Amino acid sequence: MGRTLTFKIFRYNPTKLNDKPHVEAYRLEEIPRLNVFTALNMIREQQAPDLMFDFVCRAGICGSCAMVINGRPTLACRTLTADLPETIELFPLPFFKLLGDLSVDTGVWFREMGERLESWVHNHKEFDPQAIEERMDNETAIKIYNSERCIECGCCIAGCATAQVYPDFIGAAGLNRIGRFLFDPRDERGDQEWFELVSTDEGIFGCIGMMACDDVCPKDLPLLEVFAYIRRKVSGIAIKK
Amino acid sequence: MRIINSDVLVIGAGLAGERTAIACAKRGLDVTILSLVPPRRSHSSAAQGGMQAALANTVMGEGDTPTVHWLDTVKGSDWGCDQEVARIFADNAPIAMREMAHFGVPWNRVKGGKQQVFIKGKKAEIEEDFANEGLITSRAFGGTAKWRTCYTADGTGHTVLYTMDNMVLQLGIPVHDRMEALRLIHKDNRCIGAIVRSLRDGEIMAYIAKATVIATGGYGRIYGESTNAVINEGTGSWLALQTGVVPLGNMEAVQVHPTGIVPTDILITEGCRGDGGLLLDVDEYRFMPDYEPEKMELASRDVVSRRMKEHMLKGKGVQSAYGEHLWLDLRQLGEHHLTTKLREVYDICMYFIGVNPITELVPVRPTQHYSMGGIRVNKDGQAYNMEGLFALGEVACWDMHGFNRLGGNSLAETVVAGMVVGKQVAAFANKAELNVEVTLAEEAADLERKKMDRLMNGDGQENVYALRDEIGRILTKYVHIFRTGEGLQTAVNELKIIVDRTKNVKVRTSAPGMNPELSIALRIEGMAKQAYVIAKGALDRTESRGAHSREDYPARDDKNWLNRTLVRWAEGEPDPVFDYEPVGLLDLPPGDRGYGGGHMIDMDISVDEYNKQVDPGQTTNGRLQPAEPTGTKLPKEAWRAKLEGKE
Ligand SMILES: Cc1cc2nc3c(=O)[nH]c(=O)nc-3n(C[C@H](O)[C@H](O)[C@H](O)COP(=O)(O)OP(=O)(O)OC[C@H]3O[C@@H](n4cnc5c(N)ncnc54)[C@H](O)[C@@H]3O)c2cc1C
Ligand code: SF4
Ligand code: SF4
Ligand code: FES
Repeated sequence: MGRTLTFKIFRYNPTKLNDKPHVEAYRLEEIPRLNVFTALNMIREQQAPDLMFDFVCRAGICGSCAMVINGRPTLACRTLTADLPETIELFPLPFFKLLGDLSVDTGVWFREMGERLESWVHNHKEFDPQAIEERMDNETAIKIYNSERCIECGCCIAGCATAQVYPDFIGAAGLNRIGRFLFDPRDERGDQEWFELVSTDEGIFGCIGMMACDDVCPKDLPLLEVFAYIRRKVSGIAIKK
Repeated sequence: MRIINSDVLVIGAGLAGERTAIACAKRGLDVTILSLVPPRRSHSSAAQGGMQAALANTVMGEGDTPTVHWLDTVKGSDWGCDQEVARIFADNAPIAMREMAHFGVPWNRVKGGKQQVFIKGKKAEIEEDFANEGLITSRAFGGTAKWRTCYTADGTGHTVLYTMDNMVLQLGIPVHDRMEALRLIHKDNRCIGAIVRSLRDGEIMAYIAKATVIATGGYGRIYGESTNAVINEGTGSWLALQTGVVPLGNMEAVQVHPTGIVPTDILITEGCRGDGGLLLDVDEYRFMPDYEPEKMELASRDVVSRRMKEHMLKGKGVQSAYGEHLWLDLRQLGEHHLTTKLREVYDICMYFIGVNPITELVPVRPTQHYSMGGIRVNKDGQAYNMEGLFALGEVACWDMHGFNRLGGNSLAETVVAGMVVGKQVAAFANKAELNVEVTLAEEAADLERKKMDRLMNGDGQENVYALRDEIGRILTKYVHIFRTGEGLQTAVNELKIIVDRTKNVKVRTSAPGMNPELSIALRIEGMAKQAYVIAKGALDRTESRGAHSREDYPARDDKNWLNRTLVRWAEGEPDPVFDYEPVGLLDLPPGDRGYGGGHMIDMDISVDEYNKQVDPGQTTNGRLQPAEPTGTKLPKEAWRAKLEGKE
């Protein structure tokens, strides 16, 4: 016999006059290999046509669908109901601007983070279409890739104690982004520029190092390693000074 | 109504849209990008395998040149492509890859010395030249003569899109996300922008621009079962079809990928077979060499999907609660390879179906994947019959893919087309004049408002999700790998009724804001009409070419069907109008692809005679004059020197 699941879902539509945040319950018969993506669509199509949530790739790749599932920030599309109890509580990620129900504006936050950290390779050379590419050893490429794998889902920010208190903290995703460019030999930013970017309370000094971020990151990014590298780099620069 | 002005409006923030925006911004133009979702969530980010470009850095790519890449592409297309466009693509692909390296993509690189790899499914050792160490490396993909697919592990689309979007950030190009273009604003065959609905609060706005670019990706979700992202519902091609004057090209050319996982239809990249993955049947027997002794698992996608289906029809499929499937065997690649170079694949198997590919077989079946057809444009990316409108990327029919696209050629197309078309968009916008008639925008917006009113307050009875499911069911059943006249006729009849039923959709909620049910209700007419033209185009095309495979017409018919389907559908008209045009100049004469079997009906005119019909045949169908005359980028018979070993 299949289970009957109860989804307790946070509901609030900010564009609706007099709407108040509340929780509504929906019941659903569990089918084999059901995941939260399919479940939410079934609920919307059959029971709650105004329910808002975000999915794009439904394959754990695009970072759209992070939400708090039974207390834990994670990707809804790759969460199987079979791994959860009969009652499943769904809340939007905290910290980010709420657009409605389970939908939050991670996109704008990450865009601003990218602008703040100047998330691009700083390189003054002009591209020469006739020339062959500059060389890079494969190990370096892989190291960059390992940080580049962040999908901007926001789970690490939602799970971070510092971020909840200091909204300007760049969070694990921001620190990881800095790591990605620090590892990249094509980026010409010098010690001074890196130092100014990370050695602040919004940067690495804001991080209390309990690694909740590492625990919830669905892409298993090497956050520990990256933070350690940044700390070494920053203290190295400080000593030189 | 709010009106937002820019020089260039780019609808779509995937790779194609962003590369175009960069090309225009670098030429001093004021650009605005629209997207349904934050740009980095666009479907381009889901591409895993890689991008083709003839860099020839790895020893397995030795001797590769753009000419060889072009030959593979033309054969892959089953001669349905525009050979000049394929040439523009192949010639520029290496530049595009190097430029992306310059922008910051961490491409995997060549490592000198001996390497363990798989070739045709067998363990082998190759020795990379130390002189090439550190250059961009490549892997094998289907339908290619060389290892030519550049990659970053199996997150290629992700890294390339992130890098591209970093450039957009650096250049300060505004991206308005959670915005949906609903209708083009146009008059007398001149487009001046689009009516847009905010998916944040439901606001209707007009975006006015000298040049409008559609880069909205594929429409796979019309099929229901698809590897595509859930946002790929064909809203961009609908913008064009809705004008009634801009044709869609080759809509019946739909690619079915050999390896979607069962269930969930998530894609397992072709890179898996490129790296040595094998296809097995119910007896765990490797069947592909029996059908395709030369290319085996790495024939082109249309061929592999057909062979899989054929094999299942012989009773060799694996039965499961989720229907019939075959196995993809990745075990021999080993743990290290699967958790590094194919890590996303590993995660997908583990998280979504609980299969460990290091020790277990992965259930796969052919699944809708890619749309070769789309908004018909000339070689500059300019839409037929509509000045100021451009299209590129998967939504366009630029037409380098013809009736089958090669793996790795689509992601590469987005970036190359972004460079090439972007330059033309900028040239156009730099000299264009714009007389904005605000009433024109208001009229267009009113049409959408009326439609919303009908959907919300009309007395219709239809449920939008039920109609969507019906469309998907019909296409998947009748317009898939194998097609028959009878099945297609049924599809056409059923879809005709569905098109009518979309007029009676009723939205069940009056919630203000983005209203998810209203959002899909606004798309359903476009989905139904596109489904109809896909089925009707397939019914009328009485031959088999590439992905369009007719059991009742198994031959490729170059005598009657070496052409491109064009379809227009004016608003309010009960039926679409179909036309045909020559595919483009032929340089490589039609011939055998070297895989896939099947026979051909030869042309009954000479190549020269065919080529004489190209310009007149395309111009009568509304092709605008490109900046350079037809043929300038197609070096005559360059392939001959290559095939004779002189290049
Ligand atoms: C799972 C998967 C894996 C793939 N792997 C590969 C591969 O390895 N190699 C390869 O060559 N190809 C691959 N492809 C194909 C390739 O990824 C796509 O063809 C390509 O990324 C399309 O890029 P695009 O820029 O045209 O569109 P997309 O990346 O799909 O972007 C479309 C954009 O348009 C926006 N948009 C859509 N409609 C509207 C609207 N109405 N209003 C406003 N904005 C709108 C969207 O928000 C999005 O920003 C793969 C495809 C799939 C499905
Ligand atoms: S270690 Fe703790 S404080 Fe630092 S980023 Fe991670 S969650 Fe936040
Ligand atoms: S670091 Fe991990 S948790 Fe944080 S945004 Fe990136 S992928 Fe998500
Ligand atoms: S929908 Fe893309 S990660 Fe879940």
